[in-house]
Amino acid sequence: MPLVLLAVLLLLTACGGGADLPQSTLVPRSDFSADLFGLYKNVFWWALGVFILVEGLLLVAIVRFRARPGRAEPKPVHGHTVLEISWTLAPALILVFIAVPTMRTIFSTAGHAPEGALRVEVIGHQWWWEYRYPTLNISAYNELHIPVRTPIQLDMTSADVIHSFWVPRLGGKRDLIQGRTNRIAFRADSTGEYWGQCAEFCGASHANMRLRVFVQSDSVFQRWVDQQRASPATPAKGSPAEAGQQVYRRSPCIACHTIAGLSQGRVGPDLTHVGSRFTIAGALFPNNAEILHRWIMNAPAMKPGALMTPQSLSPQDLDALIAYLQSLK
Amino acid sequence: MTHGSAHAHEAGAGAHRTSMGLDSRKMAFWAFIGSECLLFGSLISTYLVYKGRSLTGPFPHEILNIPFTSFSTFDLLMSSLAMVLALAAVQRGDMKQGKLWLLVTALLGLVFLAGQFWEFSHFVREGLGLTTNLFGSTFYVLTGTHGAHVTVGVIWLLTLWVQALRGKLGPANAMTVEITGLYWHFVDVVWIVIFTVVYLIQ
Amino acid sequence: MKTWLTTTDHKRIGLLYFWTAFGFFLIGGLEALIIRAQLARPDGGLGVSAETFNQLFTMHGTTMVFLALMPLSAAFFNFMIPLQIGARDVAFPRLNAFSYWVFLLGGLFLNASFIAGPLFGADRLSVAPDAGWFGYENLTSRQFSPGPNVDFWLLGLQILGIASLAAGFNFIVTILNMRAPGMRMLRLPPFTWMTLITQFLVITAFPVITVALVLLMFDRFFGTHFFVPQGGGDPILWQHLFWMFGHPEVYILILPAMGIVSEVLPTFSKKPLFGYTVVVYSGVVIAFLGWSVWSHHMFSSGLGPIADSVFAGTTMLIAIPTGVKIFNWIGTLWGGQIRFTTSLLFAVGFIAMFIIGGLSGVSHASAPSDLQQTDTYYVVAHIHYVLFGGTILGLFAGMYYWWPKMTGRLLSESLGKVHFWLTMIGMNLAFFPMHFSGLLGMPRRIYTYSSELGVTGFNQASTIGAFLIGLATLVFVWNLLRTRWQPISAPHNPWGGATLEWAIPSPPPVYNFTVIPTVESRMPLWQTERHAPMRPLPERPPAPIHVPGGSWWPLITATGLPVMAIGALSHVIPVVLAGAAVVIVGIYRWAYEPFEM
Repeated sequence: MPLVLLAVLLLLTACGGGADLPQSTLVPRSDFSADLFGLYKNVFWWALGVFILVEGLLLVAIVRFRARPGRAEPKPVHGHTVLEISWTLAPALILVFIAVPTMRTIFSTAGHAPEGALRVEVIGHQWWWEYRYPTLNISAYNELHIPVRTPIQLDMTSADVIHSFWVPRLGGKRDLIQGRTNRIAFRADSTGEYWGQCAEFCGASHANMRLRVFVQSDSVFQRWVDQQRASPATPAKGSPAEAGQQVYRRSPCIACHTIAGLSQGRVGPDLTHVGSRFTIAGALFPNNAEILHRWIMNAPAMKPGALMTPQSLSPQDLDALIAYLQSLK
Repeated sequence: MTHGSAHAHEAGAGAHRTSMGLDSRKMAFWAFIGSECLLFGSLISTYLVYKGRSLTGPFPHEILNIPFTSFSTFDLLMSSLAMVLALAAVQRGDMKQGKLWLLVTALLGLVFLAGQFWEFSHFVREGLGLTTNLFGSTFYVLTGTHGAHVTVGVIWLLTLWVQALRGKLGPANAMTVEITGLYWHFVDVVWIVIFTVVYLIQ
Repeated sequence: MKTWLTTTDHKRIGLLYFWTAFGFFLIGGLEALIIRAQLARPDGGLGVSAETFNQLFTMHGTTMVFLALMPLSAAFFNFMIPLQIGARDVAFPRLNAFSYWVFLLGGLFLNASFIAGPLFGADRLSVAPDAGWFGYENLTSRQFSPGPNVDFWLLGLQILGIASLAAGFNFIVTILNMRAPGMRMLRLPPFTWMTLITQFLVITAFPVITVALVLLMFDRFFGTHFFVPQGGGDPILWQHLFWMFGHPEVYILILPAMGIVSEVLPTFSKKPLFGYTVVVYSGVVIAFLGWSVWSHHMFSSGLGPIADSVFAGTTMLIAIPTGVKIFNWIGTLWGGQIRFTTSLLFAVGFIAMFIIGGLSGVSHASAPSDLQQTDTYYVVAHIHYVLFGGTILGLFAGMYYWWPKMTGRLLSESLGKVHFWLTMIGMNLAFFPMHFSGLLGMPRRIYTYSSELGVTGFNQASTIGAFLIGLATLVFVWNLLRTRWQPISAPHNPWGGATLEWAIPSPPPVYNFTVIPTVESRMPLWQTERHAPMRPLPERPPAPIHVPGGSWWPLITATGLPVMAIGALSHVIPVVLAGAAVVIVGIYRWAYEPFEM
């Protein structure tokens, strides 16, 4: 019972915006997630009512009818037809009140965005995310940028095993399946950074397949688009970054990564604008020199199962390479 | 431990009283057949789900030989008839006829298996292997599972036949033959379904 | 020793099932404790590696479903069904022994994967199944799971399927065909009824998983593309086949516990089961509906709004017969004279906890709502309220209820009450916070989570709760062992039960009944309006009773199956053939063994 009260309390505070946690389903920030939360609340209140009623009956029964000396033998009641019919019909009636909004929401959240929605193709990889914006002719990795109050349509598929795209505050999850395209559609209603992660077990680093969504005002979003469209930054002559570019050219990196104009590897994420990202490795770590250092030297130690093999670079080469990568804004 | 038996056990369970009046082994076998229906149902569903979804050939219409398989189907139907005759003979105690029809049933089963063997090897020569395409995979697994059932049936029938030759099969064991028959007819009926689904409805 | 290896006595097989399944239950529990210890801290936890963690949760699920809960129910099927229907044994005693041995060997085969690493040139703790108990394709394809891990899983489950199917046929026939005179279908004890329904689910659901596993085996061993998209196959087909089995499986796990509760409540309320026929028929309805809801496990896979609506609807329907059962149980308690034995406490605990699991289930049935909950800890909370709060508490109720009958010794009631309260506190502390972890965005099957999700506190509560459950289980183990060291003999009918098993000594003699009773009512041992209690059976059999001797062939035949699996696992065809030869020879010797001697 105290647990139930706790549950109610938590839900109430959550509704009030108290638990403003990055991956909470209780603080919706899009039409899609708000619909789902509304439905959940509907089910929750019905369930709470039923819970109190039935557990209450159970409690009354075991308190009132506990064996006491001197009480008459119980009457051997075998059943009661009217009761049976009523406790068959009562739940059925409650279910109607849940089923009707359920069906309505199923169709309203089926993943069809209105005309003019921004379409993004989401491709799941073990264990990172690729986003392609076919109308803008850009791509992003792990960090999805979208404009606020604009209908978004995600067309999702997988390059390998099944993944599931889930950003709780923006909507429910949908699986990414090789050979199929699943869709979700939503409109984020406030700017901010929203967290998500893969929700379908996808192998060793399932727990490390995270993502961020940056919901931005139109102008900020447009700036980001322009930045992503630009050619890669050319390092200044004689700068550490230029030395790093040479290291990159000679390194095995080029087999798996793309930097426009330098390499065309397709195994790992495109690095053309890697310096503009806040995180690396499936939104797992902040994008800074120290992390990049450790990551390049031994990625699998930081993210089990990662395909990127540990590199052996001299400290100078490594520093130069990192300087170069960071310059790729 | 040689007391008078008061209850039912596998051997000779039919001789004892049962609640439903049906021999226990026979009832178990009906349950088994019910279970097998789900097994073949799942395999046939898989075949139907993947129908027309092969990425490369050979495709069913290019390779299936309906006249030949019709003959196999007829052969299997005839074996069911022989099975009926075998059971009838055993039940009335005519072991000479019983032996004959048991052997005929088994031989007709063998003919079916030989046909399947020929069909499979012919398909492989035509370029349809197990892993060639979804048609190959679903076809071989479905018909192969059925073929395995026929094989078990043939071994079972031959076992009964040998028992009969050694004089150990008589009207007292009619229930054993009846159950064998149940199995054999079931395998036959499954084939009719497979023949219809795979060969006739393309 | 030999008599245990060759036994065909349903009571001995029941005890074997019990101890084996209980052993696997402890192993599965240990796996859970390591999982919980790891998750007590965010960002790396205790340092359990991702690979080890994935093996642990896969084996935890697989073990609990196939090696603990199902066979613990089977222990009661074996021991109690012949007693409850007034039979001397099951219909096919040797098949029964075969089921047990196959189950044991299949369980050992699966668990051997934990230590088999060196045989495959890998470390220990590296080749156990690691793709989840649901084994979703195409993660389980050879391309993405190249090691023997998934092979262990698919071969082990095929072996276990044989055990379940054989037991299924056996108990269906036993219940339908071996009833004592007068034991009409609607006089069967509710546990027997639920067992019958369960077995029908087993024989229809297991062929489907068998086909799925065979197709997976072909994909992995022979290079077919049943579930591989590159070859045109569809990983979603796996999900359909798996859940067509998987959802009936849920009812296979819960119906026996519901049956136990329907025995325990009347006994300790001194009242007949309220609405017996309704309880029976609602069980049948649950089983039927259980076949029509499987896609509710797949709402996030994009089946389309029409399929989602249909499956949401059928899933909600299932709440109705389930609710009806709960109301009937409360109706049974109502107006009774309730004795708070440990068994009754567990039965009441079952009702109280199962309600929570059932209600959270409704939020999954609502498909869009489920899009936020599926694959999160919210679902972990739900399944544990159903399978622990439901099945396990129900099974514990059965253990306290029937242990005196099975061993002739009473369990300690005071230790039992410690066990009960520790279990209740532990399970609610472990599983209730999981609702919050899930709602706050914690997915399932992750070996680590970010501290910034704000779920660390809930996870720590869960971990403490899990260890309390562990402690409670130790108390129970102590209680069980104590009955060996400090035995307190149980009378025929320590609880005043109404069904036939209480008419005979505890433990029952090998032939069960000195004479087969004739049954006149649903509660043969109770005074009812129309019937006096059954007269006591004679103490000694009036005529000698034949008891079949044992047989080696069930054990030998069963041995062939893991041999075949080992051959398949190591790709050594002669070993497969040797295993098959053992099976074939075993079957022939079995068939022509003069068993009645």
